[in-house]
Amino acid sequence: MLADKDRIFTNLYGYQDWRLPAAQARGDWDDTKALMARGQDAIIEEIKASGLRGRGGAGFPTGMKWSFMPKESKDGRPSFLVINGDESEPGSCKDREIIRHDPHKLIEGALIAGYAMRARAAYIYVRGEFIREAETLFAAVQEAYDAGLIGKNASGSGYDFDVFVHRGAGAYICGEETAMLESLEGKKGQPRLKPPFPAGAGLYGCPTTVNNVESIAVAPTILRRGAAWFSSFGRENNKGTKLFQISGHVNRPCVVEESMSIPFGELIETHCGGIRGGRENLLAVIPGGSSVPLVPAEQIWDAPMDFDGLKALGSGLGTAGVIVMDKSTDIVRAISRLSYFYKHESCGQCTPCREGTGWMWRMMERLRVGDAELHEIDMLQQVTKQVEGHTICALGDAAAWPIQGLIKHFRPELERRIAERGASFAEAAE
Amino acid sequence: MADRMIAPDTPELRARWSSFAWAEENAAKAKEIIARYPEGRQRSAVMPLLDLAQRQVGAETGTQGWLPLPVMEFIARELDMPILRVVEVATFYTMYNLVPVGRFHVQVCGTTPCMLRGSDDIMAACKARGMAKGHTTPDGLWTLTEVECMGNCASAPMVQINDANYEDLTAERLDAVLDALAAGEQPKEGTQEPGRHTVEPVGGPTTLREMVDANHDYRGEW
Repeated sequence: MLADKDRIFTNLYGYQDWRLPAAQARGDWDDTKALMARGQDAIIEEIKASGLRGRGGAGFPTGMKWSFMPKESKDGRPSFLVINGDESEPGSCKDREIIRHDPHKLIEGALIAGYAMRARAAYIYVRGEFIREAETLFAAVQEAYDAGLIGKNASGSGYDFDVFVHRGAGAYICGEETAMLESLEGKKGQPRLKPPFPAGAGLYGCPTTVNNVESIAVAPTILRRGAAWFSSFGRENNKGTKLFQISGHVNRPCVVEESMSIPFGELIETHCGGIRGGRENLLAVIPGGSSVPLVPAEQIWDAPMDFDGLKALGSGLGTAGVIVMDKSTDIVRAISRLSYFYKHESCGQCTPCREGTGWMWRMMERLRVGDAELHEIDMLQQVTKQVEGHTICALGDAAAWPIQGLIKHFRPELERRIAERGASFAEAAE
Repeated sequence: MADRMIAPDTPELRARWSSFAWAEENAAKAKEIIARYPEGRQRSAVMPLLDLAQRQVGAETGTQGWLPLPVMEFIARELDMPILRVVEVATFYTMYNLVPVGRFHVQVCGTTPCMLRGSDDIMAACKARGMAKGHTTPDGLWTLTEVECMGNCASAPMVQINDANYEDLTAERLDAVLDALAAGEQPKEGTQEPGRHTVEPVGGPTTLREMVDANHDYRGEW
């Protein structure tokens, strides 16, 4: 188990005050000026060396992302950092804890990351439903301004940097980086075509980097403790510590910071009191938020919880929102409910997604009660393949993958329901 | 999101809302909000201003608030943007109420993590009190909506009622919350599980135990 001294989010559960004096007593904002004095390139190199990969789901190397930003503005356009706190992926509930219990880690991270990528300001986009959380963040930002930590000559560094909070208003799609930029500009959150990539033309047409809340909030601690410390956790290419969020059928659901690559079984037994009804009662796990395919019980137990380990099982780490399902679960309904989610959240821009998510949900609802023909399972599989990869953003993929995972691992269950319903009708006809 | 329609533009609606303008404290707040965005980019403020307007309508009507068309037109004038662009935003984002709602907007999360922890019982408990999805009760107290994942998965199931979350619910715990609200009390927000603080494992944290009673500084152990 990760030692407490190696945890970054020490106030994860909010037992202590989130306000500035308490946060400083825990080590936040400790000589931030000296961290910045290392220089922009040195900061980016340190983050690169730490092996930090984006914590929002895709796992893109954070340091490399920062290095794509222009080193100087040739045409006078400023650069922006946008921090993605639109946490809406079913199963994900970690950014909420950072925002409401450790907001100063996020704000200090915003300054350091923004400085490293030569940004003028950061916009922190918080999902609209996080109302109390946003109230805390607004207040924490004001504290940081009042203490001179951000704003003009931020932390005495000579660098001017503003931090603004922007609240969403209920749209999952705004977690997609270009949809978030549209939303910040006061429009519907419909993703943009790439290229141009945000690092070239993002918010207001200016160079922009979009990072997840957790990716930004860990940066100051990585700089203080060094890349070697951070990369001492987890397997090669999957370094660091990570907030895991375990929901569903475990005895004690929780959010906990652990070492990357911790085996699933150890994570559950150490922090969650095991599977409800014992290990034998485990049916399947969605290991990385609703968008990744499920993994059946027999494959997940010893699997390392990291990007590559779960990819090898045909799934993914995503946001590390671990949804556990025991044998009492109606697995078809569980996935069908996710299909409804994607139907609800499709922005309507691309036809395969707008039409496909509704079609797939209706098909799933029929399969839930066995009201289908056997060949329709293959038809559904084909439709998921026609949605996947044929849309501007990844929402189409995210809607397709849970269904593909269900068909791959639970086809006999789908067939059983069809046969059972068919038999009951045959009986009624006699 | 396709089924989100604005309320009909009637003479009664115009008569009631055409004179909408910021209350004094909100006028200052609106100014502060617009200043968060660069010069010439004031349209970025449309979302926070719609939220502010909805809250003011709520305060004026004793409900969570909603967005009548004349109020959207007011926002369009404030930000010098076409009314259509404002309506587009208001209809796209689900937190903007397009029709009047009750005093309390009970939003039950029904997505899979909450479903696995018993959101069916929560929805049933709401219906047992006379609520129906998408409707306001005749006494004007409750509006019931099933919403998508609210990001409280480790303390599921949950409901959000106006600005507050109530987590780790059972039908009985929800009834207690709703009874308190109906009686004009302010029930404890967050988890309703006795002894649980936030999202640590029930029964006490498995990590960071020093933090429970004191603001422990771990740097000495680095």
